[in-house]
Amino acid sequence: MEQSWRQAKTIFVTMISAPLFWLVFFFFIPLGIVWLYSFGENRGLIDIAFTGTWSNYAHALDDPYPGIFWKSIWIAGLTTFLCLVIGFPVALAITFAPDKAKSWLLLAVMLPFWTNLLIRTYALIAVLRTEGYVNMTYHWLFDMTNKVAGGALGDFTPLALLHNNFSVVFGLVFVNLPFMILPLYSTLDRMDRSLLEASLDLGAGHISTLFNVVVPLAGAGIMSGILITFIPALGSYLTPDLLGGPDSQMIANIIESQFKRANNWPFGAALSFILVYLTFIGIALQGLIERKDKGRAA
Amino acid sequence: MSAQPIISFQNVSKRFGKTTAVDDVSLTIHEGEFFSLLGPSGCGKTTLLRMLAGFEMPTEGHILIDGKDVSLTPPNQRPVNMVFQSYAVFPHMTVLDNVAYGLKMDGVGASERRDRAEEALGLVQLAGFGARKPDQLSGGQRQRVALARALVKKPRVLLLDEPLSALDAKLRDAMRSELTSLQQKVGITFIMVTHDQDEALAMATRCAVMNRGLLQQVATPSDLYEFPNSRFVADFIGSVNMFEGTLDVDEPDHAIVNTTEAGPVYLDHGVTGATGTTVWAAVRPEKIEMHKRTETPPQNLPPKVDDAPEGYNVIAGVVKHMVYLGSETNYEVEIAGGKLIKVVRPNLTRWDQEDFELGEQVWVSFHACSPAVLLS
Repeated sequence: MEQSWRQAKTIFVTMISAPLFWLVFFFFIPLGIVWLYSFGENRGLIDIAFTGTWSNYAHALDDPYPGIFWKSIWIAGLTTFLCLVIGFPVALAITFAPDKAKSWLLLAVMLPFWTNLLIRTYALIAVLRTEGYVNMTYHWLFDMTNKVAGGALGDFTPLALLHNNFSVVFGLVFVNLPFMILPLYSTLDRMDRSLLEASLDLGAGHISTLFNVVVPLAGAGIMSGILITFIPALGSYLTPDLLGGPDSQMIANIIESQFKRANNWPFGAALSFILVYLTFIGIALQGLIERKDKGRAA
Repeated sequence: MSAQPIISFQNVSKRFGKTTAVDDVSLTIHEGEFFSLLGPSGCGKTTLLRMLAGFEMPTEGHILIDGKDVSLTPPNQRPVNMVFQSYAVFPHMTVLDNVAYGLKMDGVGASERRDRAEEALGLVQLAGFGARKPDQLSGGQRQRVALARALVKKPRVLLLDEPLSALDAKLRDAMRSELTSLQQKVGITFIMVTHDQDEALAMATRCAVMNRGLLQQVATPSDLYEFPNSRFVADFIGSVNMFEGTLDVDEPDHAIVNTTEAGPVYLDHGVTGATGTTVWAAVRPEKIEMHKRTETPPQNLPPKVDDAPEGYNVIAGVVKHMVYLGSETNYEVEIAGGKLIKVVRPNLTRWDQEDFELGEQVWVSFHACSPAVLLS
């Protein structure tokens, strides 16, 4: 299997040409056009002139856009953090589950992918809305308690679970959790079990072993989990659109409105590319941290 | 060796589902011993060691350390430390941090930790390696780190799981003597699991041979070799010629086993068995001599047994295979009936190896005290 592309050029070219064609024509070229738009100006309803202006980028610095960028980063960051905190124990549990249970648990993690994101989001609405399943259960419990307490609790007020920042973060965690669990699981599963046993053997308890051995060794998995959760969360559109309230717009929602309702493609393009640049910075930072880690190890 | 038992297995069994890994093992190990658990893979020796470390709980029975029942004590609370087969050196810590890890978990202060870790590194000849990362070390050095890391905690017992299996042959030999001298220096009881009988014989003061979860024999290396108690042990330790037969005569001063393959085998001692039962006579290859075939069977062959013409056993055969190994030559001699008898002859002079040729007619002989009679 130690073949390089040099030894089998024809095969290499055959294999690469279809995906390369796809990438160039359906990804790089459209992306390039949008990039050019970001330096353009509207001329009439549908015409855009490429004038090389920076005004679209300058406009992005006006209120409220920096605030919305900041809010998007904040929501994506909180989502990523929650995914990590919830996902790590789950990944750990799957790693140490018996072999038979393992594949079923992994299936359970991936099961949501079998349903369209839109349907899953609507399902969440059914769960979270005022007459939703959570409030129904809460109402029932409230009534039961109230009966026992002789009406001391007063009138029932449903929990406000939908159309606010809570529901956006809840939805994003729900959607992105598998992306955190899978890389964590693959790192943890590859870890040499005797390292954990050695730690226990040397007198460490389970919690101590977790923080001294498991977490440091799962570093690469944690980094990639953070990255592939944070990036899609940062650009999420559907979840804030359907679950969010009037003030939970994220940057992707603004971009959408620029392309559609505002019909300001150049500005939408500039906002899109600011998002791309931010993502690049994120990836570059991760690469830098990884290299530093490797440098220390070598 | 003091009489104080440090480890005691009492009727310990371990079952994984339907498989019985360890079957009713009772065993005591004494302070200061270099004890070896020996057996083929899957015989339960590693499970026994892991139960001692606390990674497995016995299904039945009790494990005592210093007289205290630790059967259910978690590994981090047992006074034993382990050197893992894969060494399990933490890759994200320096050598010094690895060695100091156990002390840190015990709450030893930073400066004492450092001193003791340095001292332990010196003990395994790794002084000055403290700042390195494990991936800058060779396999042998990583093993020394694992040793230092376990020894620095001054355990009552050090457990070694196949400690030499991952090393290359030359390093393995060096490490053998180093481990034994290290054990003598620190005076800690060592328990080593190995499938390599040479390793066990060379290093251990006492060995337990296991097969299919059962303890077969517990004895010193020389007793295991010279006085095996079963065909399994005789065959597993070293190489052996086995003759199946019926115990025909059993007197206090001699016995005769009538074998199907080599005729009657004469023994100069009694056997603890009932006449008429099936027994096995086992002879080590180096205890068999080979002689040029003359007209008559040799009458005065060494070793001589004065008062009985049957004092030695002589069988006619033909040299079928020869393997010259430098210090010795291994022969296989075919006797009537087709059985091959293994003979090892030391090459005492520089002309020895020219003594016999392939296809040559020879006599093979062994003294009446050489065969071990095995009842099972």
